[in-house]
Amino acid sequence: MIRALIIHRGGPNLTVQDLGRPGYLVAGVSRGGAADRLALAEGAALLGQPEGLAALEMAGMGGEFEATEDMRIALTGAPMRAQLDGVRLAWNASHLLPQGARLAIGGAERGSFGYLHLGGGIASPESLGSRSAHLAAGIFGPVHAGSELPVGPDVRSQVGYRLDPQARFEGGTVRLVPSLQTERFPEAELKRFQATEFHRDTRGNRMGVRLLSDGAGFHDETGLSVLSEVIVPGDVQITGDGTPFVLLAECQTTGGYPRIGTVLPADLPRVAQASAGTALRFVFVTRQEAMAIERAEAERRAGLRGGLSPLIRRVEDIRDLLAYQLISGVTAGDDLEREEP
Amino acid sequence: MQDDTVSEAEPRFPRVRPVGVDGLLVSFGDRLSEPANRAALAFRDALDREGPPGIEETSTSLVSTYLRFDLLHGDSAVLQRGVEALLASDDWYARPLPHGRRLWRIPTVFGTALAPQLEEAAAAAGMTPEAAIRSVSETRVRVQTIGFAPGQPYLGELDEAWNIPRQTALTDKVPIGALTVAIRQLVLFSVSTPTGWRHIGQTAFRAFRPESDTPFVLRPGDEVLFDAVAPEVLEKVRAEGPDGGATAEALP
Repeated sequence: MIRALIIHRGGPNLTVQDLGRPGYLVAGVSRGGAADRLALAEGAALLGQPEGLAALEMAGMGGEFEATEDMRIALTGAPMRAQLDGVRLAWNASHLLPQGARLAIGGAERGSFGYLHLGGGIASPESLGSRSAHLAAGIFGPVHAGSELPVGPDVRSQVGYRLDPQARFEGGTVRLVPSLQTERFPEAELKRFQATEFHRDTRGNRMGVRLLSDGAGFHDETGLSVLSEVIVPGDVQITGDGTPFVLLAECQTTGGYPRIGTVLPADLPRVAQASAGTALRFVFVTRQEAMAIERAEAERRAGLRGGLSPLIRRVEDIRDLLAYQLISGVTAGDDLEREEP
Repeated sequence: MQDDTVSEAEPRFPRVRPVGVDGLLVSFGDRLSEPANRAALAFRDALDREGPPGIEETSTSLVSTYLRFDLLHGDSAVLQRGVEALLASDDWYARPLPHGRRLWRIPTVFGTALAPQLEEAAAAAGMTPEAAIRSVSETRVRVQTIGFAPGQPYLGELDEAWNIPRQTALTDKVPIGALTVAIRQLVLFSVSTPTGWRHIGQTAFRAFRPESDTPFVLRPGDEVLFDAVAPEVLEKVRAEGPDGGATAEALP
């Protein structure tokens, strides 16, 4: 039987996502890929595999899944209630998904995007060098109930690890740098922008999220006739009525609405994961500060594997205690090191 | 090379500015002009061939060349100096248009329920709907850049009367093949998406064909005539395939 994940039931927005398809901006295709790229890095660390492997992104709600053979899984991103044949599974952790068992993942308890990672990664077809669904571009589409996703071969066996995720599911302050059009906004508007508490609107998707505030809209001095210019993920676009949109992975590649600034890549997961109503604030940092932040974050992500700890199992959670291999289940906690090539 | 602090009223070009944390934009003007458009295309080509190390991706917008660099390796100041040196090495405004250009004729229904904002756009341009159709359909426009969505062309330049702003509110969705207008330009939508541009015509042309060997059909420098046809004609050519009745011939 082909090594695959069967989707028995799924929310409306299950998509296969990897790091996206950089290199096609010139053809109008934004990079896309996982809305929360940090979650991909966390899943990769938990499974000890490259972060470029594709995972299942679950927007708002999970589904019910079954593996055609034993598989390793990891659960990251927005915490969702997960159960394996009725037994609760820890989030931000790696587990064994035995052949034939039912994995049920519910709605997000906090945040927006949860991720189901598979040992070996999802091996669905590529288009323009990526397996990611780019919904806005019409490249691939959501994964529907009844379908099977092929899964690549897995060379490792470690499961039962957890990590402490970077806090990003409850809003907070996000940092941004000035961009091309920041200077078009009067200083007072920039001050007010940083002093305003925004709430994420119910309108939001992989392209971007709309932000609401109690005060008046934000306005620049040039109006609606600016020449369309390059857009990058993280850009905060101010539409004609003064409402900010933070643009995410699947954003358009050019646009004419002025951008008040650009959210740092390191802070973009915090925006993507904000659920409707969540409070967000903005603060400008200099480009020099931003570069230092990005470098530190890249280093932190590269070291995620070092922060794993063994998952403590409660005896009552072990489904079949007699069948459970207590001896091999007790390790020196150095599986990761030993499995490094 | 260029002082970034010159007053907004008189910016000097070309101009190098940062985009986000890991990008640079080289702008050849602040309004659309053919020399600036040609310069942006030629400079991107030069960056791809002989740009400084560390560049990960390049693209063009209407009058600018964009590059994204590897933030984690190398010194961004060194990279910027390399870009500025290349910029100073030639007169990019004097460069020719790209090779292999084509003239496309794309059947288009103007107005009707298929393109409900023709009358509103015509009024904004100070024309009757009939005059607006003539003005747009008889202007040979050029693909100035591909952007916003996959394979999606920005075309220009229309008569000065069409220097109309975008809408303040977004239209919820225009269909694939929608022809829209603002600021003397046309955009032919390759995807169905919200937009601030006014929907004045409808074609059956698919500018992005993910299943094809040539997913991106139009190229910068190509020219297009949007021939006015009746709704029945559009339905017929729509059934014939993704070209929607469009024809292409090589330009000298």
